[in-house]
Amino acid sequence: MGEILEIFLSASFWAAVIRIASPLIFATMGELICERAGVLNLGIEGIMVVGAFAGWMTVYSGGGLWTGVMVAMFAGMLFGLLHGTLTVPFGLSQHVVGLGITLLATASAYFAYRLALPRVTTPPRIEAFQPLPIPILSDIPLIGHALFTQTPLTYLAFVLVGVVSFVLFRTPLGLALRAAGENPAAVAAQGLSVTALRMGAVMVGSGLMAVGGAFLTMSAFNSFFFEMVNGRGWICIALVVFGAWMPGKALLGAVLFGMFDALQIRLQQTSIGADVPYQLFLMMPFVLSILALVIMSRRASVPAALMVPFNKGER
Amino acid sequence: MTADSKTQGPVLRLDGITKRFGALVANDAISVSLAPGEVIALLGENGAGKTTLMNILFGHYTADEGTVEVFGQTLPQGNPRAALAAGVGMVHQHFTLADNLSVLENVVLGTQPLWGARLDMAGARAKLVGLAQEFGLAVNPDARLGSLSVGERQRVEILKALYRDARILILDEPTAVLTPQQADALFAALRKMVAQGLSIIFISHKLHEVMAIASRVVVLRHGKMVGEVAIADTDPRALAEMMVGSAITPPELRAATPGPALLELREVMTQDRGTVRGLRGVDLALRAGTITGLAGVSGNGQAALADLIAGLERPSGGEMRVAGAAPANWSVAQALGAGIARIPEDRHKTGTIADFTLTENAILERYRDAPFARRGWLDWRAARDFAQSVIRAYDVRCPGPETRIRLLSGGNMQKLILGRVMEVSPQIILANQPVRGLDIGAITFVQNQLLAARDRGAAVLLISEDLDEILTLSDQIHVMSEGRLSPAFARGTMSAADLGRWMAGEGFERGRDAA
Repeated sequence: MGEILEIFLSASFWAAVIRIASPLIFATMGELICERAGVLNLGIEGIMVVGAFAGWMTVYSGGGLWTGVMVAMFAGMLFGLLHGTLTVPFGLSQHVVGLGITLLATASAYFAYRLALPRVTTPPRIEAFQPLPIPILSDIPLIGHALFTQTPLTYLAFVLVGVVSFVLFRTPLGLALRAAGENPAAVAAQGLSVTALRMGAVMVGSGLMAVGGAFLTMSAFNSFFFEMVNGRGWICIALVVFGAWMPGKALLGAVLFGMFDALQIRLQQTSIGADVPYQLFLMMPFVLSILALVIMSRRASVPAALMVPFNKGER
Repeated sequence: MTADSKTQGPVLRLDGITKRFGALVANDAISVSLAPGEVIALLGENGAGKTTLMNILFGHYTADEGTVEVFGQTLPQGNPRAALAAGVGMVHQHFTLADNLSVLENVVLGTQPLWGARLDMAGARAKLVGLAQEFGLAVNPDARLGSLSVGERQRVEILKALYRDARILILDEPTAVLTPQQADALFAALRKMVAQGLSIIFISHKLHEVMAIASRVVVLRHGKMVGEVAIADTDPRALAEMMVGSAITPPELRAATPGPALLELREVMTQDRGTVRGLRGVDLALRAGTITGLAGVSGNGQAALADLIAGLERPSGGEMRVAGAAPANWSVAQALGAGIARIPEDRHKTGTIADFTLTENAILERYRDAPFARRGWLDWRAARDFAQSVIRAYDVRCPGPETRIRLLSGGNMQKLILGRVMEVSPQIILANQPVRGLDIGAITFVQNQLLAARDRGAAVLLISEDLDEILTLSDQIHVMSEGRLSPAFARGTMSAADLGRWMAGEGFERGRDAA
């Protein structure tokens, strides 16, 4: 027991929690925007891979870090454009298109990687974002180190939650987006374009997913390798449900998942880890996430027109 | 300002509007004009082109020919924003409201610049509350829309148009979902608006409402404008004949000869299922040789009662007797075995399978029985013969039994369903909204078939939201409200207004005490 308490009292544990949560926050906000507008974006997993690759490749070929982030976002928006075109004006099945985008995006990233680096076996490292301690705040014991000695991208992730929340609930655009996800006919009846709103949401959302992916190569692992996204996109889809489509609650979910994940790594090194197969620890964050999902999502109000295509002429 | 605008020309002029969908001419050179402070009714059967015309006016569709002028200005086509800006407001038949947003959010949607930095909710609230008071359309701005009743939602839909400063209001079948009393309240609000100088186009196929609210009627039939008369110069019968294009023969009524009760419910309860409200202690007896009418605003337990009788639901309390015996494990198979025929509420969703042929749809309920199944194999020849006989006997207009049923009109689809259930001489007929959406010819046909079945000794339960239909056909009438069933009222003892009060929930407690 003492060992576990020690984990919870260490500043490095909480710093890891926030670090693990950061990419999830970006991608979860992206997915949340798409779903609020009525489009389920299952391309998220692949778009994260593309973002991870595009950001890393830019820096590797000599671009600046922030240029890398912009390139990743742009690449994500391109796949968002494809996803949106197929699902919004064409009204194709969002499940099929989303899974297709994931396969296409993942394969494209790996293919481009092999084209660029045909004979490399150890992925080259890049000079990534460095932690940026915030003066005074980072000196607070325990919390200070965890929250305020992170990379700039992490700070950006937390700011993003506030921005998304404000836009969705306090601006005319946000109201129109939410209405497009609840009853697109209501939006059309007010003379607004459902297609434009949904396309915009999918593109911006996909861009954010790609930034989430870029966080992995540019702020965490400092290098690109296959399978690095490793199901994080799927976790984000669950986090949106967990957060009942509310940005604040989704942030809480991402931090909670980060906590489970950071905990399992450390538990493997304790005396318990000696007796228990490590696969059980790897499983833990996912099992706990499912449990939390079951408990939290019971009363969630799903956007009523999620996955319902809208055709103007039809009634 | 009313006096001012009266001296000006029409507020709205539709000139030679023509709209084609492929070979179908939905609107054929229609011209209508609307004066300030005037209410005109647009009358016509389903498919006559009323909604198409209004969708052109509102910019949902583009006309192939013709122009729309609002306050003397030509309106650009296919642009709802321009129509809204010109002062045209539309109250859609299927409300364009979002359930998970508040009343205020629904009203504000689209009224402030999309790229505005911040929603102005305080100003919007003040304007909405002011409008609600002015026109007697009380709503709570903060209520979640999904928690409102249908009548309240309609108020929101109207307020939405007023909030945008609409001067011309189009109401598409606004009373379809209201009780007679709610409809009266709506008419009172509309009269206030007219007094303020608003002009109204009222789309309906209910003649007495048209007579009550409009000053002029425009009648459409098959996309053509067939008449335009002042209300003072016409009467419901003349309007009906104009609408249909021929003289109307009401169903022939003979006196009923009631037999024994074929289905009885005593204090029956059922569970709530999602949006389907359960039954709360229902007493009902369906007698051979009678039609029992069931009135009520939809969503008050009619679906639960229909499901129960059709075998889709079991009672959770009380007693149910079919042909004198209490069934053990009540199911659809048992219901069919007991001679219960079902004309389902939604012929597209639960009555037919759209991409199946007429033949397949005709045997849908009995495909496992002889003569359609022999030793486990389908006998297509027998199925086709059966479909052929239904098509002939019930005048189903179609290319043939191999046609996919989705290509049929609603009336012909309903005739096939009717034939499918009537051909087995059912004991009990569950007719749930049997004439909804049909034209008058098909309505008369279906109603005559139900009366013929009654005279043959069947017990008919007629569920309908159309009080005129209930009052005309039923030998006894029940009203449903919040899962409760009123006592039976004999033919001729109730007026539409009396039924309306029961539909609003009045009288149930008294009825309970007396029982």
